[in-house]
Amino acid sequence: MTGSKAPARPLSPHMQIYRWPLPMLMSILHRITGGGLYVGTLLMAWWLIATASGPNAYATFGNFINSWFGRLILFGYTWALAHHMLGGIRHLIWDTGRGFSPSEREWLSLATAIGSIGLTILLWVVAYLSIGDAQ
Amino acid sequence: MTEHRTPLARVRGLGSAKSGTAHFWHQRLTAVANVPLTIAFVLIVIALLGRNHAFAQQILGTPLVAIVILLFIGSVTYHMRIGMQVIIEDYVHDEIAKLVLIMLNTFFAIAVALASAYAIFKLSFGV
Repeated sequence: MTGSKAPARPLSPHMQIYRWPLPMLMSILHRITGGGLYVGTLLMAWWLIATASGPNAYATFGNFINSWFGRLILFGYTWALAHHMLGGIRHLIWDTGRGFSPSEREWLSLATAIGSIGLTILLWVVAYLSIGDAQ
Repeated sequence: MTEHRTPLARVRGLGSAKSGTAHFWHQRLTAVANVPLTIAFVLIVIALLGRNHAFAQQILGTPLVAIVILLFIGSVTYHMRIGMQVIIEDYVHDEIAKLVLIMLNTFFAIAVALASAYAIFKLSFGV
C-alpha cells in the first residue's frame, strides 16, 4: 500500500439510501420496543415491591403511575408490549418458513402496526371502564 | 511439530456462536411462553387498577395469581436478557465494553427477577 486512502470504490446502498419498506420499519420497532420493555420491567418490580412493602409505598407508586407522566409512560408501555408481542408472533410464523412472499410480508407487517395500535386502545378502554367499576 | 488433532477438533468452539443454537431456541421457547403469560399478567393488572392496597395485596398473594406472575417474571426476564445480549453483540464491537455490558445485562435481569419474585413470595407467605 503506497497511499493511506482506500480506493474510491462504489459502496453498496444501505438504510440511508433505500426507501424504508414496512417490514424494515417493523423490524427496528421490534428491537426498540424490546429495549423499552426491558427498562420498563423496573416499573413492574417497583409495583410488586411497593405492594409487598405496605400502604405507604403502594400510595407512592400510585401517585406516580396516576400522574399524567406516569400514565403517559404506561400508555407507551402498553403499545410497546402489544407491538412486541404481535411482532414476535409474526416472527414465530416466519420461523416455520411461512409468510415470506412479498404480499404476505407486507400484510403481516401491516397487521403488526394496526393490531398494536388497536390492541393498545382496546386495553385502555377496558382499563378505564374497569377503574370506573372499582370506584 | 506434528499436528495430531483433526482439523475439526482444532476449529471446534472457535466460531462466533460458541454455544450453537441454544440461544436461538431459548429465545423462541420463552417467546412462546410469554404470549399467554403476558395476557394473564395484563388481565391481573387491569383487575387491580384503582384498587386499594389491601385488595391488591390480597389478590397478588392468591396462589394462582402468584404462580402465574412468578412464571411471567421468569420467562420475561430470561427472554429480555437474551434479547438485550443480541442487541449488545450487534452494536458494541469493543471486546471489553461488550463483555462489561453483557455482564451488566445479566445482573440487571437477575436483579429485576429476584426483586419481583421476592415481592410475590412476601405477598404470598406474609412476614
